Amino acid sequence: MLDDFFVRAIVAGVGVALVAGPLGCFIVWRRMAYFGDTMSHSALMGVALGFLAGVDHTIGVIATAVLVAVLLVLLQRVRGLSADTVLGILSHSALSIGLVAISLMTWLRLDLMGYLFGDVLAVRIVDLWWIYGGGAVVLAVLAAIWRPLLAVTVGEDLARAEGVPALPVQMAFMLLIAIVIAIAMKVVGILLITSLLIIPAAAARRLARTPEQMAAGAAAIGAVAVVAGLFSSLTLDTPSGPSIVVAAALLFAVSLTPWPGPRQG
Amino acid sequence: MPDAPVLPADERAGVTARGADPLISARGVGVVRGGQWLIRSIDVDVAPGEVVTVIGPNGGGKTTLLRTLLGLIRPSAGVVTRRPRLRIGYMPQRLVIDRVLPLTVQRLMTLTGRRSRRDVAAALDETGVGGRIDAGVDTLSGGEFQRVMLARALLMQPQLLVLDEPVQGVDFTGEADLYRLIGQIRARHGCGVLMVSHDLHVVMASTDRVLCLNQHLCCAGAPHHISRHPEYLRLFGPRAAQAYAVYEHHHDHAHALSGEVVQAPGPDGRHDCHGHGHHHRQAPGTDSA
Repeated sequence: MLDDFFVRAIVAGVGVALVAGPLGCFIVWRRMAYFGDTMSHSALMGVALGFLAGVDHTIGVIATAVLVAVLLVLLQRVRGLSADTVLGILSHSALSIGLVAISLMTWLRLDLMGYLFGDVLAVRIVDLWWIYGGGAVVLAVLAAIWRPLLAVTVGEDLARAEGVPALPVQMAFMLLIAIVIAIAMKVVGILLITSLLIIPAAAARRLARTPEQMAAGAAAIGAVAVVAGLFSSLTLDTPSGPSIVVAAALLFAVSLTPWPGPRQG
Repeated sequence: MPDAPVLPADERAGVTARGADPLISARGVGVVRGGQWLIRSIDVDVAPGEVVTVIGPNGGGKTTLLRTLLGLIRPSAGVVTRRPRLRIGYMPQRLVIDRVLPLTVQRLMTLTGRRSRRDVAAALDETGVGGRIDAGVDTLSGGEFQRVMLARALLMQPQLLVLDEPVQGVDFTGEADLYRLIGQIRARHGCGVLMVSHDLHVVMASTDRVLCLNQHLCCAGAPHHISRHPEYLRLFGPRAAQAYAVYEHHHDHAHALSGEVVQAPGPDGRHDCHGHGHHHRQAPGTDSA
């Protein structure tokens, strides 16, 4: 069954969506959309680094994303620069450095479009291992830090005053984002990863009464978006990554329409 | 105790504990950020069952002092001593929970510790919002939210309540009720209370000690001690009955950017709390918050 490229694509995409949904909820709750974007834009730098160091590019991407996250946290302490500006500078610099680095490595023949917008139809069995292995680790760690991370998200001072180790929990969260970027890159590409993190989470908001319901809803909506996007991509002969994002955006639009649900407002 | 200024006993800023060992104690505490002193040379004690209120202008370091006492900021100078295993109930300033985070009151109450629903309900009942236990946090009014946060602090079975502007976002009539509730909680639980407030009227009515903070402790002592002062009587006495009293500060010294006290050229300022003069002016109807 996994011999079929389309089945592999669906299995890969759903696997990424199941991980991206819950993690994306925290990105939405913590207002880190731009932050996530900046980390994912550094992925191309990671790919280049991976080739230079001769390691799997997944490792290169994770390492670079973590490095950029640390740099972001440090730069945000520089006075006189708003977080917004720092993110804007780093986000596009990281992307451009990646593009320049790869073009300088003339011996490399890379499918740049595949990295930027995803190439889920070219997913190999080994990629599935990365997605499901890495995804399982991410979900396990997220479950372990769920309560403290939620407390820090509601109020960092409050959580710290009540004994929550805020810094280690936040560092672990950054690492999880880096891993998800590395495994989601193949499906939607580095330019669109943030959408897979944020859109399903936002769409799940109105269905949810608790944080856990929202996380589960985001995972489900993401999976539906992947399946719908891939099928429409096959039918309409449109690029797969953007098709998934369009499907997710449509689901979000549907979630906005008023209906007589249990939740008011 | 390095850097702690040595002051005569009756002038030691804020140190009038009721004989018992203080719950929390600061000596010579200062915090530097970006080369500037946010607060400097602060001595504070809070004794069991005592209500200490910090007043002062915006940017005077009230929240910085609270966060330093809580251990959230490492002081650049001086020492903070907390009683071993001190249980603190903390209500931070301006906690804004984004509407995109679905959270019920019950869940907010149990964020950092598992508590039985009965305990949560009892704490909410005590602050008068028992009926909102299953409500979404985004549906609470400003007053309800502060009462939930107060109940949350009570759930810690605190020996010390630390409240950073507890009436923030509460409408005018709700403010007095909330302060009354804090007084009742102190009486019932015997906990110490350290809070930041803008409302001088309430400060004088329900506080054991007042600390006036503008980077350094300008003045500290029991309200009745301060209230005997002729300058105080002139400024506050006739108007103390007014419900809405806003505290305003006029010093005869200026503060340099570093926080150093610089004597201002003005000649009067005879209101001498300890070491340097200043006066306090009540300005009804103006908003310094």
